[in-house]
Amino acid sequence: MKELSLFLGCLIPNRYPGIEKATKLVLDRLGIEWSELKEASCCPAPGVFRSFDKITWLTLASRNLVLAEEKKTDLLTICNGCFSSLMDANDILKNEAGLRNEVNEHLKKIDREYTGTVEVRHIIEYLYKEIGIKNLDRAIEKPLELRVAVHYGCHLLKPTKDRKLGGAECPVFFDELVEATGAASVNYEGKTACCGAGGGVRSAMLETSLMMTEYKLDRMKKAGVDCIVDACPFCHLQYDGGQVELAKAGKRYDLPVVHYSQLLGLALGFSYEEMGLHLNEIQNAEFQEKVKERQKTIHAL
Amino acid sequence: MKNSEILTCFQCGTCHASCPSGKYTSLNVRKIVRDSVRKDVSSAPELWMCTTCYNCQERCPRGIKVTDAVLTLRSEAVKKGKILPAHRIVCNFLIETGHAIPLDDTHLLIRRQIELDAPETVYRYPAARKEVQALLRSTGFDELIRE
Repeated sequence: MKELSLFLGCLIPNRYPGIEKATKLVLDRLGIEWSELKEASCCPAPGVFRSFDKITWLTLASRNLVLAEEKKTDLLTICNGCFSSLMDANDILKNEAGLRNEVNEHLKKIDREYTGTVEVRHIIEYLYKEIGIKNLDRAIEKPLELRVAVHYGCHLLKPTKDRKLGGAECPVFFDELVEATGAASVNYEGKTACCGAGGGVRSAMLETSLMMTEYKLDRMKKAGVDCIVDACPFCHLQYDGGQVELAKAGKRYDLPVVHYSQLLGLALGFSYEEMGLHLNEIQNAEFQEKVKERQKTIHAL
Repeated sequence: MKNSEILTCFQCGTCHASCPSGKYTSLNVRKIVRDSVRKDVSSAPELWMCTTCYNCQERCPRGIKVTDAVLTLRSEAVKKGKILPAHRIVCNFLIETGHAIPLDDTHLLIRRQIELDAPETVYRYPAARKEVQALLRSTGFDELIRE
């Protein structure tokens, strides 16, 4: 298997660097070979840029793909938006010669060429397929005792014909990964519904996007979970920052938001701070206590 | 997408019933895609209420690429200069920095606190940023979003 280049995107390095740190620590701990994808830009984001102009979206995505091609690595994303843009662009460029030629005309101006030799991976499907539940289980010494609301995020699963990760109505692979840490994935109404952030809605119509977030948070809260686990920094922002925005209207949830890299890191014995969870907006003392108590017992082993 | 594909729609409404945004807003994805065949919908604010979650596209019994149609309609609106102010800001960020959400001083400081250096992205490599800018000029993106 090819080595991986870690594609950071925008939100992770620039707003939630705790997720970046957690991902790097976890990849190292699991012995997964990776390196930075230097000089990468925005993927570019599927919401605004794909909507605006397909050729621009494809061209900028192709440059990021070419950076990985030149290193002879595959490309690892930790964001559903980056996964969606880069995977879809890669598929289109591999299969549609007309568009590939058009994009390569633009790339010529910066002395680069897209040849179609990389695969775009998402950390969730990568861990599931290449590392496997059994190996993850084995790597975890003491299971997490948490009740978790799993949020897949739309672009990890859909369009299903392009993602090829099974159906989108009742997916299980992410839940299995969560349960490998010892946490319980609690079912809740509207589990596969959108967080509300995507498509440029959060940036242009915050109130509208928060109505969808409220729908989700109400149902997660009702299910009695300790935290939300996501696979995407945009969903992460929508839940974490969204709770602050909703609190201004008197709606309080106090639900910690955890990217899977951070959850897995906790299970592997890293601390709350090492996983950057102290950098989230929502700080729930009870959750912190639970995580820290467990930490103490691990180190006492 | 071809209009002939949209015209295979038998108006069952599964798309609208599956729409998380349509539950709260005036977006009716069935109607807007249908309307686009016979009239100009580029000024409809509803075009920008879609989160592109793909529920409608996944569940369409006719296999109509409903979300892709919304994306196409958005591109047509943008060509006519119908760009929301917040989206124009994001586009300008991309042109200036290579990122839709650029790194600010607050977050650079937070990175340092957790022993992360400046990210290995275009942020750190001015020549790489120039490459991105050259591509955005080449595709005409900066012209497209100019006011």
